[in-house]
Formats: sequence, structure tokens, C-alpha cells
Amino acid sequence: MSLTEKDKAAVKALWAKISKSADAIGADALSRLLSVYPQTKTYFAHWPDLSPGSASVKNHGKKIMGGVALAVAKIDNLTGGLLELSELHAFKLRVDPANFKLLAHCLLVVISTMFPNDFTPEAHVALDKFLFNVALALSEKYR
Amino acid sequence: MVEWTEQERSIINNIFSNLDYDDIGPKALARCLIVYPWTQRYFASFGNLYNADAIKTNPNIATHGTKVLHGLDRAVKNLDNIKATYAELSVLHSEKLHVDPDNFKLLADCLTIVIAAKLGNAFTPEIQATFQKFLAVVVSALGRQYH
Repeated sequence: MSLTEKDKAAVKALWAKISKSADAIGADALSRLLSVYPQTKTYFAHWPDLSPGSASVKNHGKKIMGGVALAVAKIDNLTGGLLELSELHAFKLRVDPANFKLLAHCLLVVISTMFPNDFTPEAHVALDKFLFNVALALSEKYR
Repeated sequence: MVEWTEQERSIINNIFSNLDYDDIGPKALARCLIVYPWTQRYFASFGNLYNADAIKTNPNIATHGTKVLHGLDRAVKNLDNIKATYAELSVLHSEKLHVDPDNFKLLADCLTIVIAAKLGNAFTPEIQATFQKFLAVVVSALGRQYH
């Protein structure tokens, strides 16, 4: 399910509309991930406060969205563009790749709550495919 | 047996009592067919599904979307017995409709996103967690009688 030119255009167009709110999106998506899929909290046991809107969650949400922004910039070569991040996730963080799907879903939900008119079914399919390919690129170095 | 807190029951009842079935049902089904095009395999007889606009304006899809959404009502009314409540529908989806049960989750995810769009901020992480728990139980019950 690789990205067509149409998909890439749709992702860039949506990103242009939502990127100003990237920090808020990241924080909300991460909060939801931890609430809706409590098993994901196991990766953050070292944080003092895992509640929605905590400083740790906000900071990390921002970091995650930095990664998404990078992926948008490197949309024509996700595997190459996200190589370093893949190595980080594979060798240091060792996040089970199943979780990428869960975070992707939470991102879609947040964008849907914040941008209901822009997050049309057409934008949704493009973004879903994009996040799927980002997850694939991030998993590249795992084994 | 699935346990529901008073809070969860209240959240679920709230969502469904304020739901515009004729709006949300069609939107959720149309979104599923657009975002996961392979699901169109079950709707070959529904007319023009050629592109997103055709799907969004297809009256058969709209009617069916409303019907499917109302199918959740019986779960809302029987929270403590969802598995038994859906036994018959599970058999129907398996024996007659031949729907791959993986598709139930796809529709559930689209429904979550459509409701999120409707409720905005009011669709808090806690409400999302409860709603997704509810849908997961329904999805599981619908797949239960497959063999």
C-alpha cells in the first residue's frame, strides 16, 4: 500500500492545515494512547506523571510530532529519511511495532476532533496510508 | 464476562441517546468503504461505488449505514450479555453474509473517528477508551460464532 502522488499531495495539504497545532495534537494523541491502550504505559514507567496533559506527556507528544513533521518532509523516501529514527526505535527504545498502529489511530482520532471539516474520508485514507508507511520505515531496522 | 463500571455504562448510554443515526451511520459506513476499499467487496449489488463522491452520495449505502448503527442498540441495552445477544447476528455474518471478521474492527475504527469529529473536545480520552472498549466487545461477539 505505497503512497501515490495523490496521497502525498493530500498528506501535505492536510499537514499545511494542521501543523500549527502539532504540539497540541501530539500531546492529545499520546494522552489518548496511554488511556485507551493502557499497556502502552509500560514504555513510560520512568515518567513521574503519566496523566493526560502532564509535562512529560506534553514534551513527548511534541517530540513525536517532530518525527511526523520529518516524515512529511521526507515523504518521497521514508525509509531513507527515517533511518536514524528507525535505528533509535530498533536498538534503543525497542518499542513493539504493533504500537505504531495504536498511536496512528490516536493521531487520526485527535485530528478528527480538531479538524472535522478538513479530515474528510479522502484525507483520512491518505493519512492512514502515510502513517502505515511511516510505521514501516520505523520498523525497518528491527531485524 | 465483561465488567462495566457505572461510569462506563453512563458514557455509553449518553453517546447513543444523543446520536443522530441517520447522519453518523451513513458517514461511518461510507468512510469505511473509502478508507479500506477492499470492504467494498460486500456491497457489489449496492450500485455506484466508483469513487469517494459516489460512495458518499449512494442512497443504498446510507440506508445500510443507519441499519448497521442501529445494530449496536441491542448491545447498549444488553451490556451484561453482549456475547449471547449477538450470537444470531454472528451466525448471519458468518454463514450468510460471509464477512471476514477483521472487517468489523475497520468499521468500528471509522465509527470512532466519525463520532470524534461530531463531538470534538467532548470526545475525551476517557470517553474514547470506554467507547472503544464497548466496540471491541461487540466486535468480539460478532466474530464468536464463526467456525
